[in-house]
Amino acid sequence: MTVERTYLEAIRDAMAEEMARDENVFIMGEDIGAFGGAFKVTDGLQAQFGESRVIDTPISEAGIVGAAAGAAHMGMRPIVELQFIDFISCAYDMLTNYVATARYRAFLPCPMVVRGPSGGYVRGGPFHSQNPEAAFLHTPGLKIVYPSTAADAKGLMKAAIRDEDCVLFFEHKYLYRRVKEVMPEGDHVVPIGKARIAREGTDVSIITYAATVWRALEAAEQLAAEGISVEVLDLRSLLPMDDEAIQATVRKTNRLLIVHEDTRTGGIAGEITARVSETCFEWLDAPILRVTAADVPLPYSPPLEDYVLPQTSDIVRAVRRLVAY
Amino acid sequence: MARAGTSPARSKATSVAKSSRPSDALSREQRLSLYRYMRLTRVLEERLVALYRQTKVVGGLFRSLGQEADAVGSAFALEQRDVLSPLIRNLGAMLVKGATPLEVLRQYMAKGDSPTRGRELNIHFGDTEKRNFIGQISHLGDMVPVMAGVTLSFKMRGEDRVGLVYIGDGATSTGAFHEGINFAGVQRCPLVVIVENNGYAYSTPTHKQTAAKQFVDKAIGYGIAGVQADGNDVLAVYDVTKEAVDRARRGEGVTLVELMTYRRKGHAEHDNQSYQPPSEIEKWALENDPIDRFVKVLREQHQVTDEEFASIEAEIVALIDTATDEAEASPMPEPTDALVGVYADPAVIPPLWFRESVRSAVDSNERPASWGTYDG
Repeated sequence: MTVERTYLEAIRDAMAEEMARDENVFIMGEDIGAFGGAFKVTDGLQAQFGESRVIDTPISEAGIVGAAAGAAHMGMRPIVELQFIDFISCAYDMLTNYVATARYRAFLPCPMVVRGPSGGYVRGGPFHSQNPEAAFLHTPGLKIVYPSTAADAKGLMKAAIRDEDCVLFFEHKYLYRRVKEVMPEGDHVVPIGKARIAREGTDVSIITYAATVWRALEAAEQLAAEGISVEVLDLRSLLPMDDEAIQATVRKTNRLLIVHEDTRTGGIAGEITARVSETCFEWLDAPILRVTAADVPLPYSPPLEDYVLPQTSDIVRAVRRLVAY
Repeated sequence: MARAGTSPARSKATSVAKSSRPSDALSREQRLSLYRYMRLTRVLEERLVALYRQTKVVGGLFRSLGQEADAVGSAFALEQRDVLSPLIRNLGAMLVKGATPLEVLRQYMAKGDSPTRGRELNIHFGDTEKRNFIGQISHLGDMVPVMAGVTLSFKMRGEDRVGLVYIGDGATSTGAFHEGINFAGVQRCPLVVIVENNGYAYSTPTHKQTAAKQFVDKAIGYGIAGVQADGNDVLAVYDVTKEAVDRARRGEGVTLVELMTYRRKGHAEHDNQSYQPPSEIEKWALENDPIDRFVKVLREQHQVTDEEFASIEAEIVALIDTATDEAEASPMPEPTDALVGVYADPAVIPPLWFRESVRSAVDSNERPASWGTYDG
């Protein structure tokens, strides 16, 4: 197959292949059946697998996530679609208190995927643009992935469905139809917890994930013209985080910029900074810098959103500052 | 307080049951078994109180005094393959499902060989392998969506199994209750939701919990069957639950069962019940104790003798005595077991660098002595 698949199609393909492979896999969510979901990620799946495996639900994020947990205890492998990941907060209690603790406190398996369109750059305003991953990074028992490429989206979705624990699968809606590629052949599974070098370089490392991987690559291209060699590490998985890859790139370039689209305070960049300072202090030639969103709810109007979210020029500026040390 | 201990059940199914009750089919032996489970619940809790006062129980202690009939009578209506989701006052239901006094005692003493290996408190434990009950969490209401999913899986697989979930009067106010029961209703899941109305959520009386006249009315809003019964009449509890279970098994969906009862002890053992009129507690104890009431039935209708009661009592006390000795002799957990099993993969979380030799650190008293009764 040499047909290119978009990020969105790759996610759909992964779910369809897993549903065909394992009859315990099923999907629940709002408007996902005949309608195919707000973004059409599940388009055609109900026709293929029937109403009992692609279930339209009431508007009940806590209810759906809780029901997924119960079904998972009984040996099913539910996938929950949240119409926008912003609504994951409605299921926060269920995820953090019930799902995340089930294996530890009660030896109850909870193999389930909670997925949904995430992120900004789409003029979605405060409630259709969020990146709430950091809120869950702090919860032992959950896993979090956030792919940037179509192939990773497919491979990580397959890994998430097969994982024995709950995986929060963040899909960047800006990337849904903007990135595409020819899928690797065969049963393409990307292991959870492994980062990917998106671009090799020697002078500065940028650690990032999701849509800002593409911003970082753009910046790296511009900086190459100035003679600055930038390495871009795409984390892909946030929990567990690939410490080995993080340490390797820092020890290679000795300068680190962390970029994420989420807000700054309490964001994942802070966690990475702490890990690097604990393990790579002697290798650093400059302070660790962060390019993130400003600490505000994400505004809607283009000039406002563009001002708040990290842009390629911000990354270029930060890298220049790092090499100046 | 308008405590409708004998409110008539509201569903057609139950009014039909007046002439022929499911409990009519219970043998004398099964009736004695109901009695035994209620006594076992009460004696076990009394033993736990004694251990609590000796500071052998770690943490709080929760009683179901006066509510034994609703836990026992309802769980008795399930088959072994059916899944039960108990709450803190449903020790009796767990015992019916096969939980043992030894497990309960080890749990309350935070032992390493307790069902949760010391990870969880009191009766927060379960067994989905054989006995089919699921451990609750403290966030009330959450078990309703979970049981909606458990029973959804039965429906999807065409399994002949039913789920039963308990919720207190207080937790009917949570969003999780609403979302779970609504979803289960829409999906026609084989689920029985028992609202145990014991008059108080911690210190909050029912009239501050809801403007509804009775919880059973909520069934109308969800388009599901609703029935109400005297929760202190173990046979009435069995009857309404059995009918609801049968309905679920026939594919007729969810039933909300409201059981009217009364919480005679505080929320937990530390609670002095200052908010409950003493006369109210006394009245329920004297006039409406579920075990006393059932003893009367057993004596008058089934000619159960003093000897028979005494023999059941002796068996229960011996069982609990043995279990107490065994639980007291059980080891506390190994501290490093705390890092095992957060995930299937990785199976163990690596120790933090300053805990890498935690055992020796504890031994050399680098760690401050723990609070409570735990002394390493």
